[in-house]
Amino acid sequence: MAVDKSTLAKQFIEYLPHCKALGMKVLRIEDGLAEIELPYDERFIGDPESRVIHGGAVSALMDTTGGASVIAHPKSPGGTATINLRIDYMRPATPGQTITCLAECYHITRSVAFVRATAYDADRERPVASATGAFTVEEKKA
Amino acid sequence: MSPRKKPEPVQVIKQRRDAALSALVTGVPYIQYLGITFDRRGDELTAILPYEDKIIGNPTLPAIHGGVTAAFLEITALMSLSWVWLWEDIENGTLDAEEMARGKLPRLPKTIDFTVDYLRTGLPRDAYARARVTRSGRRYASVQSEAWQDNRDRPIAQATAHFLMPRPGD
Repeated sequence: MAVDKSTLAKQFIEYLPHCKALGMKVLRIEDGLAEIELPYDERFIGDPESRVIHGGAVSALMDTTGGASVIAHPKSPGGTATINLRIDYMRPATPGQTITCLAECYHITRSVAFVRATAYDADRERPVASATGAFTVEEKKA
Repeated sequence: MSPRKKPEPVQVIKQRRDAALSALVTGVPYIQYLGITFDRRGDELTAILPYEDKIIGNPTLPAIHGGVTAAFLEITALMSLSWVWLWEDIENGTLDAEEMARGKLPRLPKTIDFTVDYLRTGLPRDAYARARVTRSGRRYASVQSEAWQDNRDRPIAQATAHFLMPRPGD
């Protein structure tokens, strides 16, 4: 049963047009945790000189993973939207490396879900960015 | 006393400013990927995010992906800050617009943190954004940006960002 919910959620997220366009892959989605990766792509470069990925693409990844962790929470009815998200950029991601985001929905009420997320490149000791966010809790629409 | 310097012809001024702006915008692949352009009126910039299916997050609503809205606000904030910061150098010729167009771009500020509030669903249509530099110091800057669609008084999202300014010689 839990496996089915994860599989469905994975398919749902990878099917979202913008996530598909960025090439996001869901690695894990269960029990209020989600892990999604964004492979390096030259189209998403923010600084042409250093070839570092644009912060905006990292934002899209962290927003998606945050929302996925809410959907993955056992108490979630299945739908969510971002209320607010704060992202701290700790260092530039190394060009050429996949960026992976791990998000945790650490508290959920009837109407609000609270999330923290961390993004890494190949160096798991030094995160690229971290984020905290509040998301709505709602019935899944259609 | 020398006579007052004749003002530059308007075409020369416009050409220089538009070339510099275009170089800054087209030099960044991710801005091109999202199709974002900037409309300039004097030193005021308005960013335009043209609607495309690939920016949809939730196809059942449908709604623009929150990540795209965030990226749009961050790009608007960074470009508006850079524009204010580079304005003098562009005007007095320290920065050569033609050289910029050939790829010799100045170092730009780096995002320290970025906070976005989602106010309304982003509908499947064009979005616009403007930013205001609330403080621009030697090392740090604070910028607020806001995005809307059909109605300027009904913003879809607002953001606050902090930037680290490049040090001289960077």
